[in-house]
Amino acid sequence: MPIRALTGNEAMAEAMRQINPDVVAAYPITPATEIVQLFASFVADGLVDTEFVPTESEHSAISACIGAAAAGARTMTSTASQGLALMHEILYIAAGLRVPIVICEVNRSLSSPINIHCDHSDTMGSREAGWIQIYAEDSQDAYDSIIQAVRVSEEAFLPCMVSTDGFIISHCMQRIETLEDVEVQNFIGEPRSPYSLFSKNPITVGPLDLQDYFFEHKRQEIEAMYLSKPVIKRVAEEFAKRFGRKYGFFEAYKLDDAEIVLVACGSTCGTARVVIDNLRKNGVKVGLLKIHVMRPFPQDELSRLVGLSTAKLLIVLDRSDTMSTMGGPIYVELRSALYNSRTRPLLVNYIYGLGGRDIDVEQITNVVLKGEEIKKTGKIDKPVDYIGLRE
Amino acid sequence: MPSLKELSKNAGLFTGGHRACGGCGGTIIINQTICVAGKNTVFVLPTGCMEVVTTIYPYTAWNIPYMHVAFENAAAVISGVEAAYKALTRKGKIKDKWNFIAIGGDGGTYDIGIQALSGAIERWHRFLYICYDNEAYMNTGIQRSSATPRGAHTTTSPAGTVIPGKPQFRKNLTEIIAAHGAPYVAQASPSHWADFTRKVEKALNTDGPTFINVLSPCPLGWRFPPDMTIEIARLAVESKFWPLYEVENGKYKINHRPRKEVTVKEWMKLQGRFRHLFTPANQKIIDEIQAEVDKEWEKLSRFASLSQGEAD
Ligand SMILES: Cc1ncc(C[n+]2csc(CCOP(=O)(O)OP(=O)(O)O)c2C)c(N)n1
Ligand code: SF4
Repeated sequence: MPIRALTGNEAMAEAMRQINPDVVAAYPITPATEIVQLFASFVADGLVDTEFVPTESEHSAISACIGAAAAGARTMTSTASQGLALMHEILYIAAGLRVPIVICEVNRSLSSPINIHCDHSDTMGSREAGWIQIYAEDSQDAYDSIIQAVRVSEEAFLPCMVSTDGFIISHCMQRIETLEDVEVQNFIGEPRSPYSLFSKNPITVGPLDLQDYFFEHKRQEIEAMYLSKPVIKRVAEEFAKRFGRKYGFFEAYKLDDAEIVLVACGSTCGTARVVIDNLRKNGVKVGLLKIHVMRPFPQDELSRLVGLSTAKLLIVLDRSDTMSTMGGPIYVELRSALYNSRTRPLLVNYIYGLGGRDIDVEQITNVVLKGEEIKKTGKIDKPVDYIGLRE
Repeated sequence: MPSLKELSKNAGLFTGGHRACGGCGGTIIINQTICVAGKNTVFVLPTGCMEVVTTIYPYTAWNIPYMHVAFENAAAVISGVEAAYKALTRKGKIKDKWNFIAIGGDGGTYDIGIQALSGAIERWHRFLYICYDNEAYMNTGIQRSSATPRGAHTTTSPAGTVIPGKPQFRKNLTEIIAAHGAPYVAQASPSHWADFTRKVEKALNTDGPTFINVLSPCPLGWRFPPDMTIEIARLAVESKFWPLYEVENGKYKINHRPRKEVTVKEWMKLQGRFRHLFTPANQKIIDEIQAEVDKEWEKLSRFASLSQGEAD
């Protein structure tokens, strides 16, 4: 396996090069711009034989992707933040039409105020669009997940976005084990599309669907979400078997006997692991639950998790808010997922890092230590609080 | 140019039984288009009357590949379809030649869809974009668009006691598209079917983006009896309100020069949407509209004769 030093954006672009999709339609936006630039240079240098469509907006980029995917082409794009927001209307349509598309997303906060740095408000804002959502922890994860996403998307007949933390992952160099081109090609195989416009038996794609049938079709889309779980699992297992790196809905770190569980997604998980290692030395029983797949939300898999039965307190770290006054998206969903579980642990939520504000070891250590207090007394003063905020 | 007999061979590709109003200009335009395009054609429609009336699930009037995604993106969607065609052809997965046609209303073309259309033309995809211009948002109940003529009553430019219909003149989209330098741009009318089908054929034989703007009388929105559609389309041409012309590689050509003088008023008086203008107080609006039509015709004639000069 060739070992290389790549940034998150380079890793995603490299995965795209090796995938060699039929069509890429994209529009630049910080911090994802580099992905589009690198890919354009692959096209210009003949390293891929992709049809590259540099559209005049993200709205058109995702629209062109839908057209291409419906025509039977393996299709990808890349975006971030406002770009994803501009795609919002069309994200739902991609999922409803059940076309496989993969987005290399880079997490960035949404305006306003305008800010180019990382938080998860962009992709979390698209949770209801019907896309499979994967949050990468680092460049290696991003690279591996993009390759798996192609298969997941095509086998589940649902579009899929993989995101990295803007600047934190996208622009930081990391040691990456890449695969050989041929390994990637063999893993993803020939494009599988649910249908093609270029057909002797013509089809009508995207008809008007009124009271008579719409509900059934939406139900089918929901079913596709359920059915995508075994697909995600199968593809991850095959990837692990072939290449030795294991991914899944989530990753459990030192969870077996954990009484306090940190829950996070994205790059913060790395910091959290350091905190856990330090605190474990002092006898604090703390572990990490890294959410890797946010959509479909792995409720059943989570409830079955051994560590959660020993956990007395979950500390959920959210890098965005739902603006519902009920806390961040992971917190809200996890709370709902665990409501019926027999050993329902206490939950607290910390919102952190909006607009790219740093989060460090000390800050996470502090919330765990505060958690020790809560665990002892069972008393939660502030279910939703903030880390690193001047108030 | 294909003969009527040849054209009629493709008549079944757009079937009857759709739910357009009787006398709808849009469906006549689609039918005439499809007869030229034939079965190896992908149609993309934006949201609007023609999408809504032809594809109510589980029925479809399209016996030919059809796709609808949203209101503002037909040109972007067809860009993707055409890109897929190129990629798949290169990889040997598609062997036949295919046509790509987007057909949008004036709302989806002049207004909300103009960005996607402009982008797709600039990227030089090989596709034909046809605008069926019924001069308002008919699907949502006759609201003004930038193609609505001055003075027309619509539900968002109503003829009230203070404001008599739409205050502004219409946007000249055909000229805007011509300014993109697209290799073939034309204006047509379903009343002059031979001219229109010849234009579709020409556009489909052009290697690059092409555009045809077709006037599409709407009995409901314009308020006229459904058996008058073609007559009203013809009068729009004869009164020079809707000149038939084409711009081929930058050269203008007027395809039909009306022989007898027909005023715009004669066209307008057949339609309920202009009824409020026919009072002494509003006479000046009709005069302004006539003056605008004369000015535009004069400009077009100048362009055409300049192009003539170049050709010589
Ligand atoms: C983003 C968006 N805004 C508004 C609408 C509502 N809408 C649907 S069709 C339509 C008007 C269509 O007008 P036009 O393109 O002129 O076609 P027509 O119905 O006249 O044939 C509007 C406003 C929509 N579907 N999407
Ligand atoms: S409202 Fe007008 S455009 Fe729409 S179907 Fe009826 S006649 Fe055609």
